[in-house]
Amino acid sequence: MNEDTQEKLVAIVRGISGKGTTPDPDESLFDAGYIDSFALVDMVAEIEREFGIKIPDAELNPRRFNSLTRIGEYLDSRGV
Amino acid sequence: MATILSFGRYLPDRVLDNADLAQKLGCDAAWIFESSGIEQRCIAGEGETIAVLAECASRHCLERARVDAAQIGLVILSSGTAERRFPGPAAELAHRLGLAGVPALDIPVASAGSLFGMALAAQLAPAYGTVLVAAAEKMSGPASSEPLDRNVAILFGDGAGACLIGNAGEGLAIVDAVLHSDGAYTENLRLEHTGPVRMDGRTVILQAARRIPAAIGEVLARQSVDASAVGAFLLHQANRNLTERVAKALGVPASRFFSNIQRYGNTSSASLLIAASEWWEQTAPARSAAPITTAASAAGDLVCFAAFGAGFHWGALLARKMT
Repeated sequence: MNEDTQEKLVAIVRGISGKGTTPDPDESLFDAGYIDSFALVDMVAEIEREFGIKIPDAELNPRRFNSLTRIGEYLDSRGV
Repeated sequence: MATILSFGRYLPDRVLDNADLAQKLGCDAAWIFESSGIEQRCIAGEGETIAVLAECASRHCLERARVDAAQIGLVILSSGTAERRFPGPAAELAHRLGLAGVPALDIPVASAGSLFGMALAAQLAPAYGTVLVAAAEKMSGPASSEPLDRNVAILFGDGAGACLIGNAGEGLAIVDAVLHSDGAYTENLRLEHTGPVRMDGRTVILQAARRIPAAIGEVLARQSVDASAVGAFLLHQANRNLTERVAKALGVPASRFFSNIQRYGNTSSASLLIAASEWWEQTAPARSAAPITTAASAAGDLVCFAAFGAGFHWGALLARKMT
């Protein structure tokens, strides 16, 4: 994950969570209270919009979006 | 063209509000409402079996349609919480309605079951005549079974709904329907023969938030209809927060989505027909307005049903008000 991608992801998470803090890259966004099940829906929609991708339903596994690192790995796999 | 002639419902008398449930579960009543939009739910009494609940909703539906039970040619009953492995409760429902020899079909699909039943009834009505579609659920028991999951226990209630689908008459003309299933998610939402409802809420909500609007979009696209032209959306009442996401995804105001989840909670497959029954009564004056004769003139008179649940099974059904 490059720096630009990371900055955009942090902005998305901060915007959705309303928290002024930044999650550690490997920190669980759920456990740390940044997102819940419904905020996950919003976050995925924001990621699709921001990075111009459509994530197939079969790839919508919550564990894939559990931390900044994992989201970055997924975006890397999509060539973002 | 198959027509929905009427809807009916039955909710048990006993009401469990968030304050009492929170005390039982050891959680905060405000959290229950914020998490789900639910304020209270109904709990079936002793002796209120699935067939009994379905009978009450069916009789309400028949009364409202002014149709005698003897005119029913096929009974379809959806329930994910039937008491027996077999026989399912459909045959007992038919018996309770005095229908000896009339075929009775069970749909143990849980949340999307009533939608599947309606879509099937629309196809089967030309062969069987008037079809009774009922859905009855007793979700409160398994939802609060040990080992207790508070996130699940707060959601569910008991109740029943029904609709009557025929080949002619006044009501809602069924225009089209799409149904889907994907067994890759069987483990994510399930109720075994013993134990509680097991739900991976994150996966269920994420998939539902995508697949419900996709199904609605699919059925609307097949009819060249824009979501903005639909006057009312009637969804399986799963969670207020989910409904808001579906509305946002479709780009229509959440106010077009009928909601009664605050009073009944999630009653699984019954919820769609309970909601439709209440919506039907609320829109009764509008049904005496000028007749709708063409799709082009039907903007605002289109009604879209949609549901998603265990399986996963999901789909959408488009109907049009007529007089």
